[in-house]
Formats: sequence, structure tokens, C-alpha cells
Amino acid sequence: MAAKGYLDILKKPLVDENPITLQILGICSALAVTSNLSVTLVMCVALTSVVAFSNLCISFVRNYIPSSVRIIVQMTIIASLVIVVDELLKAYDYETSKKLSVFVGLIITNCIVMGRAEAFAMKEKPLPSFIDGLGNGLGYSFILIIVAIIRELFGAGSLMGIEILPLTSNGGWYQPNNLLLLPPSSFIIIGLLIWVIREIKREQIEVKEFRLAKHDLSPDLSKGQVNV
Amino acid sequence: MKDSVTKTLFVSFVVCFICSLVVSYSAVSLRDAQENNKLNDKRSKILQAAGIFNSSTPVEEQFKQLEQKFIRFSDGILVDEVEGLDISSYDPVEFSKKSGLSKPVNPEEDIAVIKSQEHYGKIYILKNQDQSINKVVLPVRGYGLWGTLYGFISLGPDLNTIQGLEFYEHKETPGLGGEVDNPNWKNIWKGKKIYDISSLVSIEVVKGKTSADDKNIAYKVDGLSGATLTSRGVTNMMHYWFGDNGYKSALEKLSNGS
Repeated sequence: MAAKGYLDILKKPLVDENPITLQILGICSALAVTSNLSVTLVMCVALTSVVAFSNLCISFVRNYIPSSVRIIVQMTIIASLVIVVDELLKAYDYETSKKLSVFVGLIITNCIVMGRAEAFAMKEKPLPSFIDGLGNGLGYSFILIIVAIIRELFGAGSLMGIEILPLTSNGGWYQPNNLLLLPPSSFIIIGLLIWVIREIKREQIEVKEFRLAKHDLSPDLSKGQVNV
Repeated sequence: MKDSVTKTLFVSFVVCFICSLVVSYSAVSLRDAQENNKLNDKRSKILQAAGIFNSSTPVEEQFKQLEQKFIRFSDGILVDEVEGLDISSYDPVEFSKKSGLSKPVNPEEDIAVIKSQEHYGKIYILKNQDQSINKVVLPVRGYGLWGTLYGFISLGPDLNTIQGLEFYEHKETPGLGGEVDNPNWKNIWKGKKIYDISSLVSIEVVKGKTSADDKNIAYKVDGLSGATLTSRGVTNMMHYWFGDNGYKSALEKLSNGS
């Protein structure tokens, strides 16, 4: 495959096929680790390396994996990589690993990792698989960083722990919005992001599968009409 | 290609074997660095509580200023040595669950919800040149809202005035109960007193702000807004650890010079 092909694989998951805003995967960690930008960055690096390397490893062995134990073999490889990443964090960035606590371990259950393994790495050669993993990791990181910047800046008045908006509790003028520090706020922010992206890229809007029936077409229960 | 049972088993075995090699290699090779990080993190909190932490020199060097002793909770006597225990690596939290070296706490007295307490506590003493006490640092723990908070509190030479408070592990909500780590809040503790004139544990995290004209202001700390249960947990923790089950008799003996 030409270099341009690789670039396409890398670029596609950033916005056009973003794992969070289009596929709505990996929401759990997006809610949990985005209250502080520096923690979010470490999580993004951890997830990106796990997706990239799990794709690479799975693609290498894809022709040998028996289909009956396909999922469990993928899980074993992913889980091992996650443990290695977790151990590395504990050894070299103890402070952040304390803040991330279980969420590094939960990368195992992140649907992006499994999704890419199943949808891409099982069919493609190692190099494109690696790049696809990298792209999806970066797509995830892109959204998480936006959410984290909004949450930390307006929720705690700082970025990377450095004060940007002086808080009233420290004698400044900014009254922080505590809701932004709680996980539900990222739901709202991600929802708004999805809206903005679909407004710009209208092809992402899904065709409605069902429509509400008009009111006058609804069954007349008094006549015993059900299931029309 | 048809997947035979033998092939399935063989591939599964090979994958598991290689993965287990990778995982165990990383776990073993990084263990020393991890344990070191954990210990240094805790030691830096002890130094911070004592107010002598300096980020430019290695934690181990600074830690040598502190003298470590066991506290026998049964009679409040400080002991240098306990058979079978090494003072520098002794961790009271770890030993609070070991049979023979701990006892369950009576549920009625267990206001800090620690469930079981070690027989031997640990005290860190910072001494002046003339061997008089400058500061002591004591480990404390107690239940907040989501889990147990683990920390260190330091007292001045009168063994009553608080010099610093640091938590090294907790699960409180960031921005609410997690504000126990806020430097401004921790600063409020400095200069507050644990015991009143009749030796009752009186320190308390109040709801809302304290007022300056309160005559008991020396025993009151501003509450954390939006974190009533964490604030209450911290109060209970202080009442437990400075009460009869905790350090009270040891501190009395220490201030009498015995």
C-alpha cells in the first residue's frame, strides 16, 4: 500500500470515523478520566499504545487464530498489553497512575480496542493494522483532550494543574462550576461535540430507522384495535 | 483451512504462554521501581506534614532527620524495638490486619470505621539540637464517603498544636471531598489544637465556615463545601486516633517526659 493509503488510515478515525463521536465507543473512560488534563494525556498515551500494539500483535497471528477461540485470544493479548502498560505507569509515573487507578486496567474492556482488533486487525496486514490502531487512539485522544480542557478550565480554573482563571477560593474572581468536575458533565460535553461535528459533517447523520406514527394513525383501543 | 481441536488447543497454549512470559517479566523487572515509588510517596507526605519537605533533595536523605519509634497502644509507651518487626519498614496499616499483631475494634467505639487496629503504632519524631521534641508525625486513617482516607498529622512541641495534615491515599470525589488535598484547606489546620484544657478531643471540621469571634475557634476547621460526609469522616478520624484507643496516652506520657 502506498504512503498515501497509510495516511488515509491514520486520518480517517480522527474526525470522519471517530471512535467516540461517530461510533460512540469508549465512553466510560471518557467520562471518568477527563477532569484533569495531565491525567487525561497519560490515559490517551496508554490507550493509544494499547490499541496500536494489540492491532499489531493480533494482525501478526491473525492467520493462526482458530475462529472458535478468536475473541478469547484477542482478549488475552489485549489484557497482557494493558497489564504491561499499568506496570510501566506504576514504575515511572506513580503520581498519575494513582489518579488513574482502575481506569488503566479498564482499557481491557474498552470497546475501541476490541472493535479495532475484530474489525481491522483480523483482516489486514500488520503495518496498516498498527497505523489503524494509532489513528483510532489519536481519535479517542482528540475528543478526550477537548473534554478535559473544558472540564479542567471551567471546573477547576486551571490547565495541567497551572492556574489560568484565579478562583474565588484563592482570592481571584472565577467561581468554578463544580458540575464540570463530576462525570455526568462529560456526557453533556460529548453530546454537544457530536452535535457540532454532525452539523459540519452532515454525512455522519444517520438515517432514521423508525419514525413516530402520526397521532391519528394510532390504534383505537376502545375498538379493541391493537398491533396495527 | 479447517480448525482441528489440536490446533485450537495448541494456539491457545502458545498465546497464553507468550503472554504470561511478557506479563511476568514486566511485573518482576519493574517491582523494585514500583515499591520505591510507593515508599517515597509516603515518605514525602510525612515530610510535608512535618513541614520540612524540600523537593530538591532526595526524599531518603531528608527522611533521615526523623527518628522512628513504635507506640504500644495498650499502655502508650514508646518502644525502640519489637521482636520480629523492623521499624524502618513497619507499616501500621499493613499490620492492622495481621493476626497476633492486631485486634478488632469494638463497633461502638469504631467511629472512624477502621475495623481492626494494630497493636503497635508508629511515630516519627523530629528533634531539636538539644534533643527536645520539635515535631511529631502520626499516621491517621478513617472512613470518608467512598473509602478510607490515609494520612499523616504533625504536632508541635506541646503535642497539641497541629503543624500539618497530609493524605496519601483516599477515594473522595475530586473537587468535593477530594479537596482534602487543597493546600488552602490544609493550611487552615496549622495552629489548631486537638485537646481542650480538660484534655478532651475537641478538634472538629464544622459545617460551613468558622466565624472569627467564636471562642472555640482554635478547635474548629472550615468544612469542605459539598462534602459533608468527608468532613465528618475527618472529624471522626481525629476523635478516634487522639482518643483513648489511639495516641492519647502515648502523647500524655511523651509530654510528661517519660
